[in-house]
Amino acid sequence: MTARIGHRSDPLWIAAMIHRLSGLALAIFLPLHFLALGLAIDGEARLESFLRWSDQPWVKASEGGLVFLLTVHMLGGLRVLVIENFDWRDGQKQLATLAAAVSAIVAFIFLVRVF
Amino acid sequence: MPADLSVSLWRGAKDGRYETYSVPRRESQTVLDVVTFVQRHIDPTLSYRFACRVGVCGSCAMTVNGKPRWTCRTHVSKVAGSGRLEIGPLENLTVIKDLATDMEPFFEKWQQAQGVFAPSRTRYDAIEQIRPDSPARRAADAAIECINCGVCYAACDTVRWNNDYLGPAALTRAWTLVNDERDASNTARLQAVSAAGGCHACHSHQSCQELCPQTLNPTASIAGLKRRTAAAYLKGEIKI
Amino acid sequence: MNVRLYVWQRATAALMAPLVLVHIAVIFYATRHGMSAADILSRTSGSAAWAAFYGLFVAAVSVHASIGVRNILSEWSPLKDRGSGALAIAFGLLLAVLGARAIFAVVLS
Repeated sequence: MTARIGHRSDPLWIAAMIHRLSGLALAIFLPLHFLALGLAIDGEARLESFLRWSDQPWVKASEGGLVFLLTVHMLGGLRVLVIENFDWRDGQKQLATLAAAVSAIVAFIFLVRVF
Repeated sequence: MPADLSVSLWRGAKDGRYETYSVPRRESQTVLDVVTFVQRHIDPTLSYRFACRVGVCGSCAMTVNGKPRWTCRTHVSKVAGSGRLEIGPLENLTVIKDLATDMEPFFEKWQQAQGVFAPSRTRYDAIEQIRPDSPARRAADAAIECINCGVCYAACDTVRWNNDYLGPAALTRAWTLVNDERDASNTARLQAVSAAGGCHACHSHQSCQELCPQTLNPTASIAGLKRRTAAAYLKGEIKI
Repeated sequence: MNVRLYVWQRATAALMAPLVLVHIAVIFYATRHGMSAADILSRTSGSAAWAAFYGLFVAAVSVHASIGVRNILSEWSPLKDRGSGALAIAFGLLLAVLGARAIFAVVLS
């Protein structure tokens, strides 16, 4: 028996999966981010050359993706904190969809400003 | 609308396969009617469970087109739009044969979650007065109608991924008892649901709440347990 | 996951929500006109405030990401609690060390 899609098309299940996958992606990214900032130990010029390398369009596009992941992970986490600490509320599917949309908009604004 | 349904049923145990049967379509037919037709008129070796046929016992739960549901309360017209049905045993449980699963782990976890009432008075004491509209009793009543059908357990991906996870039904029952003012065992119960596999393993996917045929909300019950256990832990009443 | 890990994970999550908002604002500001390394370092160098802010952030994320990774490992990989726990702690330490080094890099060097 193979796993079926079944109930896994529900928006709230998808929200939970996006939350987990975005967290995993951010966890993988974070050491690289810290290493990049750590280049300043070798002097300002070293950090500067990295920043200029990161001006390339594909890097900037990836940064937009990271902004999306960070925003969506935070909003998804807030969803969990609300479910766990406050009274039950309806309308969660709409809020989850809205959270994804807000994250996309924030990432889009980032991309518009850098390009 | 085609006159016959094409119905795939799981046959065998874990290493089984789907076999397809042709079942005449009838008005107001339920999925349980379909399974029963196959067993009575096509293949008497088909194994499946049912009892009341009217949606009060929970025995007939199976996976229908990917979702766990009560087959006696699932109208074919609602799920077999293109004339095709795929029916399998409940997920997350070992298949005994065909559509019948071994429910023992489900009930074992009920015990592990201490989903059992522990009395605080004897028959010689006065009856404890419980107000039905107290917040605790309301919380317990909202979660008490579980009939152990296993749909939530079958739907839960955390159960699928984590063998230790006690599951939505066991935790919901623990929550009702935590809210029962007559119960004497709450510290031990909170401890029982705070270990690995306890309420904190829940990721709030909410498949349980979406699919519970009794319209219970295990996600909310488990959230309540998370609050109570966190408070008890921070006060030093329970340990890890 | 147990009650202790749960409390730490949710607490660090709640703590980080406002920190993330500030960080997103910093990202937008810094990328506005392509701030150079000199522009960035002139602001962070010697700043106790930035050191405190990002020090808190690094500490919180090291705990939070470590527990999150532990959950993913114990649910999605063949590792059980002990193996997942060990790898997760190693990952958390990695983040803490690299993060502290990054803060040192922009504040003190």
